[in-house]
Amino acid sequence: MQAPWIPFIPPSASTLSDKVDALYFYLSGVTLFFALLISTVIIFFVIKYRRRSPYEIPRPVAGSHKLETLWSVIPFLIAMTMFLWGAQVYFQMYRSPENAVEVYVVGKQWMWKMQHSTGQREINTLHVPAGRRVKLIMTSEDVIHDLFLPAFRIKSDVLPGRYTTQWFEATKPGTYHLFCAEYCGMNHSGMIGSVIVMNPTEFDDWLAGNAAQQSPVVAGQQLYESLGCASCHGGKGEGGRGPGIVGLFGKQVQLSNGQTVTADEGYIRESIENPQAKIVTGYSPIMPTFQGQVTPEQLIQILSFIKSLQAPGQQAPAAAPQPAQRTQALEQTGNPAVNR
Amino acid sequence: MRPFESFEPPAAARVNYLNAQYGIKSWLLTKDHKRIALLYLGSISLFFLIGGLYAMFIRLELLTPQGDLLSSATYNKVFTQHGIIMVFFFLIPSIPATLGNFLVPMMIGAKDLAFPRINLLSWYIYLLGGIVTIYALLAGGVDTGWTFYVPYSTTFSNTYVIATGLGIFINGFSSILTGLNFIVTIHTMRAPGMTWFRMPLFIWSHYATSLIMILGTPVIAITILLLAFERLAQVGIFNPALGGDPILFQHLFWFYSHPAVYIMVLPGMGIISEIIANFSRKNIFGYSFVAFSSLAIAVFGFLVWGHHLFVAGQSVYAGMIFSFLSFAVAIPSAIKVFNWTATLYKGSISYDTPMLYALGFIGLFTVGGMTGLFLASLGTNVHLSDTYFVVGHFHYIMVGGTLLAYLGGLHYWWPKITGRMYPEGWGRFSALVVFIGFNLTFLPQMAVGYMGMPRRYHAYLPEFQVFNVLSTAGASILGVGLLIPLVYLLWSMRYGKRAEPNPWHLPGLEWRTVSPPPTENFVVTPVVTWEAYEFAPPEETEVVGKFKEREGLEDADVVIGGHPPK
Repeated sequence: MQAPWIPFIPPSASTLSDKVDALYFYLSGVTLFFALLISTVIIFFVIKYRRRSPYEIPRPVAGSHKLETLWSVIPFLIAMTMFLWGAQVYFQMYRSPENAVEVYVVGKQWMWKMQHSTGQREINTLHVPAGRRVKLIMTSEDVIHDLFLPAFRIKSDVLPGRYTTQWFEATKPGTYHLFCAEYCGMNHSGMIGSVIVMNPTEFDDWLAGNAAQQSPVVAGQQLYESLGCASCHGGKGEGGRGPGIVGLFGKQVQLSNGQTVTADEGYIRESIENPQAKIVTGYSPIMPTFQGQVTPEQLIQILSFIKSLQAPGQQAPAAAPQPAQRTQALEQTGNPAVNR
Repeated sequence: MRPFESFEPPAAARVNYLNAQYGIKSWLLTKDHKRIALLYLGSISLFFLIGGLYAMFIRLELLTPQGDLLSSATYNKVFTQHGIIMVFFFLIPSIPATLGNFLVPMMIGAKDLAFPRINLLSWYIYLLGGIVTIYALLAGGVDTGWTFYVPYSTTFSNTYVIATGLGIFINGFSSILTGLNFIVTIHTMRAPGMTWFRMPLFIWSHYATSLIMILGTPVIAITILLLAFERLAQVGIFNPALGGDPILFQHLFWFYSHPAVYIMVLPGMGIISEIIANFSRKNIFGYSFVAFSSLAIAVFGFLVWGHHLFVAGQSVYAGMIFSFLSFAVAIPSAIKVFNWTATLYKGSISYDTPMLYALGFIGLFTVGGMTGLFLASLGTNVHLSDTYFVVGHFHYIMVGGTLLAYLGGLHYWWPKITGRMYPEGWGRFSALVVFIGFNLTFLPQMAVGYMGMPRRYHAYLPEFQVFNVLSTAGASILGVGLLIPLVYLLWSMRYGKRAEPNPWHLPGLEWRTVSPPPTENFVVTPVVTWEAYEFAPPEETEVVGKFKEREGLEDADVVIGGHPPK
C-alpha cells in the first residue's frame, strides 16, 4: 500500500506495517487539517481585525453554548475514531498467533542474543522467513531493553525477570533495522542489529546450513537432569514428590490456596526461581529456589524442554494462552508477570 | 476611550518595590512577592542557561552520525542533565514562581500572597535543591535519563543518582509551598468585588496548576525515596532480582510526571488567555469554558499516566483505558484553542511582541497537542514510543508551548515588573527568529522519529543524518533568538523608556497601579466593579450571542471616545 510519493516513511515489511501506516496517515491528515484550519483562521482574523486606530474599542462578543458544544463534540468524535482505530490495530499486534515460529530473545547490556527453537544461535542478527508468523519470546539479563523493529512497526520492552512477547509476519525479503529503544546505559545506541527476512525455502536452507547447536529442548533436558529436577518431578517429567510436568504448559493448575493459574512462561519461571510463591494443590512446599543458579538463557531452555513434553495424544498447545485467559490468570493471582 | 479607574498612589509618594530598600540583605530577606518573583527569575534563568548549554552539546554531537564529539558516557550524562535541569529547575517553576508570584496577588487586588514567609522559604528550598543538583552534576553527573528507570538507576548506573534525586526531592517542596500559597491566596485574599468569575484566566490556570503541584509532587518525592532505599539498602522494591517490580516504578514516576506536564503548560495557557484577550481588546470568548477547561485538565491529567507504558508490559486492557482517557484530556485543550481563536474575531488586534508570542503559541501548541494524539492512539504509539517523534512532540508542548508563553508573558509584564519598556522592534524580530528556529529544530525530529530513529542515541545510522543536521541548524537559530531578548531585556532595565502605569491601556488590576508597583501594590484596596477583560462599560456596548447575528453590525463595532492611550 505504501505510496512512493509520501516522504519520511520507513520500509514497510510486515503484515501490520501497512495498517500502522494507514492509521498514521489518517492522524497526519487530521493534524494537518486542523493545524491549517487554525492558522488560516488566525491569520485571517489577525489581518482583518488589525488595530486601525489606537482609540478603538471593539464591542464585546458574548460566548455561545452552541459553538462550545460544537467544538467540543466534533473533536471528541474525531478523537474516538482515532482511539478505536488505534485500539483495533493494537489488538492485532497484541494477540499472539497460533502456530508461530518461536524465537527466544535475551537482551543484555549491550547485545541481543537470539535462539531459534531449532537451536541456531545468533547475536544482533535475526534470520526469519517471510510469510510465516514469528513470535519473539523475550527477557533481559540486566536492565530494561526494548526490541524495536521499525520496518515491522512493532516494539516491546524487554524486562528482567519477566517474559514479554511480540510477533510479526514479514512480507518482503530484505535486511531491516533492529534497535534497542529503551535507554539501557552507556552503549545503548550500539545495541542495534538487523533482521534478515528470507524466502521460506532460503530460510530452510539457512537453518540447515547453520549446524544447529544443541537445540534448546535438549539443553533444557540436560539441565533438568543436572540440576536434579528429575529426582522429584520424575525422570520423564511424570511427577513424584513434585508435580508432573508432562503436558503442563498452557494448562490450568490448581493451587493449594484454591486459586487456579495458567501454566505459562511467567508461571513456570516463577515456580523455578521462587517455588514457594504458588504451591500446586496436594504437594508440599519442599522445592528449593533456583534463583541465581540458572541464567535467563538456561531458563528458556528448561522452558522449551517443558513445552516439548506433551502428554500422549495431546495437541501442541497454543504458543501462548489467549489474552482473555491470561487476564483471568492475572486477576486471580495478582501476578503481573504475564503480559503481552 | 475613557481611562480605567486607577488605584495608583499619588505621584509624590512613588516609592516602588524596587527602590523601597537597597542592599543585598533587603533582597535575601524580603517577604515581598514581587521581589521573590525576581529572585526566582534570576535563578531559573541561570538554570535555563545551564540546560541550554547541555542542549547545545546534544545538537552538536548529533550533527554527525558517529559519536565523535563526546564519549557515550558523557553524552548520556548530557541528555540526562539537560532533561533534569530543564524539567525540574526551569519548566516547572518557570511561570508560576516568577510571573505567577508577581501577578497572582496583583491581579486579584491583594497586597501579597497569603504566606509571604513561606513564599521566601520556597525560594530557599528551590535554591538548596538546585545547589545539591549542581553539586551532583559537578561531582560526576548522572546518566539515567531524567526518567530514572529502574533497575538501571538502582543497580547498574555508577553515577550520582542519589545526589541528583535528593536535589529533585528537595526542590519538590518548593513546588508544594508555592501551590499551597496560591490556593490559599486565591481563596481568601481577593479584593472586594473580585468574584471567582471576574478573575483573570491567568488566576484560574494558576489555581489548577497549584492543585496538581500539591497533589502530584508528594508522589515523585515518595518515588525518589523508594528508589534511594533500593539503591542504598538493596531493599527489593523495583528490581526483579531483589523481588521487586520495575513497572511499578514507571507507574509511580509517571503518576507525577505526566501531571507535571500540565504544571508546565497550564500557567502558559493562562498567559495566552491574558495576551489574546488584552491585545485584541476583547473579552475572552467563552470565559467559563476556558476557566473550567483548566480544572478539567488538572483532574483528567491525573488519569492518563499509563499512556507512557503502552509498550512497557502493561496489560492490553489497561492500555485501552489509558488511551481513551488520553484522548479525553485532549478535548479541554482543544476548547481553549478554539476559544482563543474566536476571541480574535472582531477584535482590535495589535502586533506587539507579546501578541506575536501568543499567536505563535496557539499554532505550535495545536501541533504539539495533535501530535500527542499519535501517541495516545495505541496502534501508532507502539511504533512511535521511545523514538524522536516523542522528543519532537513534547518539545512542541514545552518549548513551543511553555517557553513561548513565558517569553510572551515576560514581555507583556516587563513594563510593570521593571518600570521600563523593552525595545519593541527587537522584541518582534526575536519572536520571529524563535518561531522559525523552533520549527526547524523540532519538525525534523518528528519526521526522523517515524523513520525509526530511537531517542537517547549517542550514535545513529547515517540515513538519519539529514534530519539531524536540519535540527541542529534550527537549534542554532533558536539559540540566537533566545539570546537576543536576554541582551535587550537586560539593556532595557537601565536604558529602556520609562513605562507608564498602564502602557498597553488594559483593564486588569495589575495595570491600575504604578509601574513598578509600590511594595503594597495598591495604596487603597481596590473595589472591583467590572468583569474580566471589560474594555468598555456595558452601556456602551451591545452583547450579541452568535456570530451570524453580528452580520450587519460592521459599522457599530468600534467605540471611539474618551482620551487616547499613549
